[in-house]
Amino acid sequence: MEDKNYIRERFFPHIWCPGCGHGIVLNNLLRAIEQLKLKKNEIVMTSGIGCSSRISGYVDFHTLHTIHGRALAFATGVKLSRPELKLIVPMGDGDALAIGGNHFIHAARRNIDITAIIMNNRIYGMTGGQFSPLSGYGTRATTAPYTNIDHDFDVVELAKAAGASFVARTTTYHVKEMADILKQAILHKGFSAVEVMSQCPTYFGRKNRLGDAVDMMEHYKNSTVRVGSKKIEKNPDLIERGVFVEKESPEYCSEYDKIIQKAMGTSA
Amino acid sequence: MAKPKCKELIINRDWCKGCGICIHFCPTNVLEMDDEDKSVAMRIEDCICCKLCELRCPDLAIDVVAEPKEKETEN
Amino acid sequence: MSNNIKFLQGNEACAEGALYAGLDFFSGYPITPSTEIAEHLSINLPKVGGKYLQMEDEIGAMCAIIGASLTGHKVMTATSGPGFSLKQEAIGYAVMAEIPCVVVNVQRGGPSTGNPTHVSQGDVNQARWGTHGDHSIITLTASNHQDVFAMTVEAFNLAETYRTPVILLFDEVVGHMREKLVMPEQDEIPLVGRLRTDCKEGVDYHPYLPREDGRLPMSDFGGSHRYNVTGLYHDMWGFPTDKPEAVRELCRHLVDKIENNVHSITRFKEYYLDDARTIFISYGSAARPTLHMVESRRRRGERLGLLELQTLWPFPAGLIREKCADARYIVVVEMNMGQIVREVKMAVKSPENVFLANRIDGELITPVDIRKFLRIIQGKGA
Repeated sequence: MEDKNYIRERFFPHIWCPGCGHGIVLNNLLRAIEQLKLKKNEIVMTSGIGCSSRISGYVDFHTLHTIHGRALAFATGVKLSRPELKLIVPMGDGDALAIGGNHFIHAARRNIDITAIIMNNRIYGMTGGQFSPLSGYGTRATTAPYTNIDHDFDVVELAKAAGASFVARTTTYHVKEMADILKQAILHKGFSAVEVMSQCPTYFGRKNRLGDAVDMMEHYKNSTVRVGSKKIEKNPDLIERGVFVEKESPEYCSEYDKIIQKAMGTSA
Repeated sequence: MAKPKCKELIINRDWCKGCGICIHFCPTNVLEMDDEDKSVAMRIEDCICCKLCELRCPDLAIDVVAEPKEKETEN
Repeated sequence: MSNNIKFLQGNEACAEGALYAGLDFFSGYPITPSTEIAEHLSINLPKVGGKYLQMEDEIGAMCAIIGASLTGHKVMTATSGPGFSLKQEAIGYAVMAEIPCVVVNVQRGGPSTGNPTHVSQGDVNQARWGTHGDHSIITLTASNHQDVFAMTVEAFNLAETYRTPVILLFDEVVGHMREKLVMPEQDEIPLVGRLRTDCKEGVDYHPYLPREDGRLPMSDFGGSHRYNVTGLYHDMWGFPTDKPEAVRELCRHLVDKIENNVHSITRFKEYYLDDARTIFISYGSAARPTLHMVESRRRRGERLGLLELQTLWPFPAGLIREKCADARYIVVVEMNMGQIVREVKMAVKSPENVFLANRIDGELITPVDIRKFLRIIQGKGA
């Protein structure tokens, strides 16, 4: 496998549980990067805290493993201070949308050229299975023993409303689509948000009697459709996958360069 | 055009955690779980090199090596 | 008249000092009474090609400067009490990951929203102990604009030298007061630049292996060395470890690199200490009325002196012990319930001779207030 070139092999096997979707995200993110022929020195991967965030330790880029929820804020500093670098920010659902929700919507609003990957396993895995803002009403978790009464976010709708100029969703079952979407997201100039539905068989699966990793991936296959599919009319419970937004919009770092020109009195 | 053939299906046993994803989703039923809960390629001759096992492996433990394409005959 | 003389706010003097020191990335969030620092830099940073980033919250601003420091820039954020509380976790990250940065806290009354437009010096201990876990930190302060400028430059120098966050602990009076600043000439104050590794590409670079002199050469993100930065205990490559000996070594290193250099980090000013029987110890805006009182009573023959601290942390206990060896009374003047006085008591031989003169109502302590305290201490009645 060519993409072994991009990992720090000495840390494998990784810490994720058997069947964890996060490994599939890592697998196909590396393929996307390899297909884009990006140089290792031009990539900065910034992550926060949680199972998902451990991804940064495994890749041979400049890696910044930060504090819970703040990966996008750190990434904003890296990117604005050195715009030629490619910023990839993998986050868990709690990391990105609970403690880090503010940074998520504001990075999207700013349209800064960062690729945010929300590895949505609908649970806090590292702490042992507490409900997250994406667990959803009626689910179970160690802290929702009588079922969860918290409603979940729709990450795609949230990112769209916040102004992200690239918004997509895929799953760990749809691996070729995942690599393809990640490539588009990385190439996109502006803030890109990619939700990857990623199974946690250990906690979310077990607590909600969803079977093992295979069963959960079968569920991704059967409960999702390509965006715009007619099937959704008959079955509105189906979840759409694909690219929802891809638009040109002024990018933050480029806009700041114009501010510098204005301040220096060199603008045309 | 000839179907691609698998030359080798390498499974890194140190990295494989035996989740069974590759086995379940293999379209031609090439893989099986062994006594140590590791995936093994039992029927490599049936492999069509779709590489879905490699792409879906959460442990980055699988490497599907295809036979090089037959060289076109000289003329 | 020289155009090197400016009449400005302390907050603006801080911003000017930062620009002089080579600041090229600032991130902040509006908060009273520090906002003028952000405003001044939003105007002046882009003029020199630097960047001003207004983040969505205080935490984000702290995180953003850490990210920008890693690409090789000199960075700063500025805030006040509540914002300083919010930044603490990320300050701890910069301590652990050894990332140079400067954090300004223009103090106001607390706790909580407190007394936003009034002066206080209540965050002294928070600057030292605000983030969780064992660590050490550098904190500087100043009482006038010339020193605000100089200490700001020092803060950048120390941040680079020790690869650590440095806290600039100003207060509302100094921040908002307007007075004269004589802009130093270029090269008048020495600047410490980023120490970068001379490891060539392909050579194993250890971002967390100190040199013999204790300094750790850095490599910019985007450069030829790829390494890991984490808030976890880590090895010399920056990869997480929980090996007991590695954890102990790193914890010791983080504390020792600062505590073992107290002497080099200590900045202070002294007035009339040679024959002083009563020594005042003060800092920040409180040092101004103290000096006024000392000078006016000196004219009447009272043997008073002032030791003005500019480095608050690491605490210069040795300096205090030495300067106060012959003092009958030691009076700490500060605008809090007694934060530095506790350190002074621990530093001197006779803690029973150490007294607190304070004011905590949001108003600057006056020479008259201090004089009253002194009379009580001397047993002369109020």
